[in-house]
Amino acid sequence: MLALTILIDGIIYASWLFIVALGLTLVFGVLKILNIAHGSFYAVGAYTAASFVAWSVSLGFSPAWSLLAMVLAAVAVALLLAPVVEKGVLRFFYGRDEVVLVLVTYALFLILEDATKLVWGPIPYYVSEPYMLFGLVETKTMSYVGYDFTLIAFAIVCGLGVWWGLNKTRTGKIVLAVIHSNEIASSMGINVTRVCTWAFMFGVFLAALAGAMTSPMISVQPGLASGVVIVSFAVVIIGGLGSIQGAAIGAVIVGLARALAVHTWPAAELFSIYVAMAIVLMFRPEGLFQRVQARKI
Amino acid sequence: MMDESIIKTSRMGALLIALFLLVGLVMPKWLLFLSTMALSHGIVSLGIVILMRGGVVSFGQGFVFAAGGYATALASNHLGVTDALLMVLIGGFAATLCALPFAPLLSRYRGIFFAMLTLAISMVLYGILVKTQTLGGSDGFNVSRPTLFGQEIATEESNWLLYNLAVVVVGVLATLARIYADSVRGLVSMAIRENELRVEYLGASVSNTIGTNFIIAAFMGGVGGALTLMSLGHIDPNFSYWTTSGEFVFVAILAGHHSMLAVFVGSFVVEIVRSFSNLYFPNTWQLAMGLFLLVVIRFLPRGLGSLWIDRNRNKGGEQ
Repeated sequence: MLALTILIDGIIYASWLFIVALGLTLVFGVLKILNIAHGSFYAVGAYTAASFVAWSVSLGFSPAWSLLAMVLAAVAVALLLAPVVEKGVLRFFYGRDEVVLVLVTYALFLILEDATKLVWGPIPYYVSEPYMLFGLVETKTMSYVGYDFTLIAFAIVCGLGVWWGLNKTRTGKIVLAVIHSNEIASSMGINVTRVCTWAFMFGVFLAALAGAMTSPMISVQPGLASGVVIVSFAVVIIGGLGSIQGAAIGAVIVGLARALAVHTWPAAELFSIYVAMAIVLMFRPEGLFQRVQARKI
Repeated sequence: MMDESIIKTSRMGALLIALFLLVGLVMPKWLLFLSTMALSHGIVSLGIVILMRGGVVSFGQGFVFAAGGYATALASNHLGVTDALLMVLIGGFAATLCALPFAPLLSRYRGIFFAMLTLAISMVLYGILVKTQTLGGSDGFNVSRPTLFGQEIATEESNWLLYNLAVVVVGVLATLARIYADSVRGLVSMAIRENELRVEYLGASVSNTIGTNFIIAAFMGGVGGALTLMSLGHIDPNFSYWTTSGEFVFVAILAGHHSMLAVFVGSFVVEIVRSFSNLYFPNTWQLAMGLFLLVVIRFLPRGLGSLWIDRNRNKGGEQ
C-alpha cells in the first residue's frame, strides 16, 4: 500500500516537473544556455495564472473557465516576457562560454525575482477555484484530488506533443538540425536566429504553463523560483542535457526519489533528489540520454 | 629567479596588508563591518578565481562556506574554542576535510557539469542543515563573540579587531594565492584553461590540478565562512543556499581571473551596492545587482582586474 502511495505521489510530482524540465532541456538544446531564469518564468507563470483566474472568477465565469485562464496566462507570459529577455538581453551574449551564460541567466533570475515582487507584492496568492474541478478520487484508505491526475494526463500530452512536433513535422526537423549543429544548419539555409527566438519562447511557455498548472496546488509566493530551478536542474542533469526522453525519465526518477523520502524519511527530501542524481552520474557521467561527443583538440 | 618573484610578491602582500590596517584606523564603524564582510566573502570568491584559472567554475562554494562556518560555530559552542585565529583555522581545515572526498569525483567534470555538481553538493548540505533540529534547523543558532590571544574583545572595539584579523588572514591567503598562481602548477592551470588535451599530452595531470585547485578553494571558502560567522555572531543554512554561492561567483566574474586584488575590490563594490540599495530601495536590490552583473559581463568580459592588468601588459610590450 505504501509502495502505491509513493508511486502515485512520485508520478504526480514528476508530471509538472517534467513540463518544467522539458522547457529547460529544449532551451539548452537549441540555444546552449542552461537557464537559471527558467525557475523565474515558472514563478511568473504561477503569479500570472493567479491573477487571470481571479479576473475570470470576478467576471462571473464558472470555475471551469479558469483552466483556460491558466493556459492563456502561460501564453501571455511567453508572448510578453520571452521576446524581451531573448532580444533584449540574451542576444548580446550568444557564443560566450557556457558557464558565463549560466551567470547571465543568474542575473536575469535576480532581476525577475524582484520584478515579480514589485508587480505582485510579497503576500502569497491562493488559486483554489480550479483545484476541485475534477472532484476526489477515493480508494479504500486514501483520497486523491482529481486535479492531480489531470495534471499527469496533461504532462503526458505535452511530452507526446513535443515529441511528435519535433520528430514528425518539418519545423521540428529544422529544430533538431539546429540542436545537432547550428553552424551546419545555418549553412543549409536555416534561419538559426529565428529558430532560437521561437525555441526560447516555447521554453518560456512550458515553464509558465507548469507554473500556471501547479498554482492551484501551492501557495504562490516569493522564493518559488529558486526552489523549482534547483530541482529541474537535477532532472535535466540526470536525463542528459538537451534530451526529451531524458527529461521524462529524469522527472520520474526525481519524483519517485522524493516521494520515497517524504514517506519514509522526511528529513531527507532534498537530499534524496541529489543522491539519485549522484548515483546516475556515477554510472553515466553525461546523464542517461546524452550522445557521445568528440573532443576538440 | 623563482625565489626573487616570491619575495617580491610577499613584499607586495605585506605592504597591502599594512596599508589596509592603516586605513582601518580611520574608518567609521559601519565601514569597518562592511569591509570585514567584503574581505571574508572575497576570500571565498578568491577560491573560485583559483578554480576559474583552471577553466572551471564552482556554483556551490556555499558548501565549503557553510561547512567552515558550522564547524567553527560548533567548535565555539561545544568544544569551548573561542580564540579567533584558531577558529579561522578550524573553519579552513573543516571545509577542506568536507571537500576532500568530492575532489576526485569533481575533477572528472568540466564546464556546466562541474558547476551543477558543486551546486548539487551545496544544496544537499542545505537540505540536511534545514532539517537538522539539533543545529537549529532553518533558523540556525547564535555564537558568542570570540577572543583574541586569550583576551576578551570589548564591544566597542570588536568591529575594528575583527577587521584587522580579516585583513591579516585574508591578506596572507591572497598573497599565498598569488604565489601559487605564479608557480608551475598555477601556470599549468592557465594552460588547462586554454586547452586541456594538450596539457595531458605534455605529461601534466589535468584532473590532479583541478582537484588541488578545488581543495585550495575549499580551504579559502572555509576561512571565509569562519570569518563571516565571527562578525555576524550567527549562522543559518542560507550559508549553503545556491543564491549565496551565486553571489560568490558573481564577485569572481566581476573581478576576472587576472588579479587577486580585483576580487576584493569587486567584493567591496558588491557589499556597498548591497547595503546602499538595502537602505534606499529595499525591494529592488537584487534587481540592481542583476543589472550590474549583466553590464559587467557585457562590457567588461575579462573583469575588473583587466582594467589595470591589461594596461600594465601593454606597457611591458612597448618596452
